[in-house]
Amino acid sequence: MKSLAELKAIRDRAQAEMNMRKENPNAARVLVGMATCGIAAGARPVLNAFVEEIAKRGLKDVTVTQTGCIGICQYEPVVEVEIPGEEKVTYVKMTPEKAVKVVNDHLVNHNVVSEYTIGTATK
Amino acid sequence: MRELSLNVMDVAQNSVRAEADLVTVKVEESDKDDFLTITIADNGCGMTQEQVQQVIDPFFTTRTTRKVGLGVPLFKLSAEQTGGSFDIQSEKGVGTTTTATYVKSHVDMTPLGDINDTMKILIQCNPEIDFIFIHSTDNGSFTLDTRELREVLGDVSLDTPDVLEWIADYLEENTKSIYGGA
Ligand SMILES: Nc1ncnc2c1ncn2[C@@H]1O[C@H](COP(=O)(O)OP(=O)(O)OP(=O)(O)O)[C@@H](O)[C@H]1O
Ligand code: FES
Ligand SMILES: [Mg+2]
Repeated sequence: MKSLAELKAIRDRAQAEMNMRKENPNAARVLVGMATCGIAAGARPVLNAFVEEIAKRGLKDVTVTQTGCIGICQYEPVVEVEIPGEEKVTYVKMTPEKAVKVVNDHLVNHNVVSEYTIGTATK
Repeated sequence: MRELSLNVMDVAQNSVRAEADLVTVKVEESDKDDFLTITIADNGCGMTQEQVQQVIDPFFTTRTTRKVGLGVPLFKLSAEQTGGSFDIQSEKGVGTTTTATYVKSHVDMTPLGDINDTMKILIQCNPEIDFIFIHSTDNGSFTLDTRELREVLGDVSLDTPDVLEWIADYLEENTKSIYGGA
C-alpha cells in the first residue's frame, strides 16, 4: 500500500529540485474547456493525453489546467494553448491523438497545427 | 454523460467556481442494498432557496436573460431515471451539498466510471483547494484527504507530477481492496 513515508520521500526530492530550478515566468499554458458540454464531448481523455505527453517529453514549463465555458459548444472539446509572446491558439474537436500532435508540434517545436484550429474548422 | 464520474467532475467544478476551499466527494455503494449515493459538499458561496430552485429546474424559470446551466439538471436526471432521488441543500455564505441517490441494478443506471481519474484531475487542476474523497462498498471504505497530504508535503504542491502519481496509485490500490480484489 502507498504510504505517507513514500510521500515524504517524494517531498524531499521535489524540494531539492525546486531549489535548483527557478520558477519560469514564461511558462506555457494549456487550457482545456471543462464545462458540462466539454466534459460530455470527451474533454477528460484529452486533458489526460496532454498531461501524459508533456510528462513523456519532459517539458517542465507547461501547465495543463481546466477552464470553463469557452462559448463554442459545437466545437468541443476545445483547448487553448498560450505561449508567452505568441498568439493564443484555439484548437477544436480535440482528441487524445490530436493532443499528442499539438504537444510535439506546437509546444515543443512552436509550429501551430493549423488543421486543428478554429479558423480551419469554420472554413 | 457516459459515466457518473464525469457528472461528478462537472458538479465539483461548480464548487470550485463558488470559491470553496474544501470540497468533499463521497461515493457510497452497496450491491446488497442495491444503491449508490454520491454526495458533493463544499464550503463555497452557497445559494438562496430561489437560486437552488432555478438551478434544479432551469426550464421552469421565467428569466431568459441568464444562460441556463446543464450540469446540475443532467446530474439530477441521471439519478431520477434509476428511480433514485436528488437533493441540493444550500445556504448563502455557508456552502452547498448535492446528493444523488441511484438504484444500482436499474436498467437506466449509468456506470460510475473512473471516479479516481476525476479526483486526480480535480486535485491537479485546483492544487490550492482541499479535497476529501470517501468511497465505501459492502467490503469497506477508504478516504483520501489532501489536507493530510499537505501536512507531509509542506511547500511542495499537490500538482507535482510525482505527488499526483502517488495519489493515483493510492486511489487505485484502495479501490481494488474495497471492490474485493487482490
Ligand atoms: N456548489 C455551488 N455553489 C454555488 N453556486 C452553485 C453551486 N452549484 C451550482 N451553482 C449555481 O448554479 C448555476 C447552475 O449550475 P450548473 O452546473 O447547472 O450550470 P453551469 O455551471 O452554470 O453551466 P454548465 O452547464 O457548464 O455546468 C451555476 O452557474 C451557479 O450559479
Ligand atoms: S456551454 Fe458549451 S462551450 Fe460553453
Ligand atoms: Mg456546472
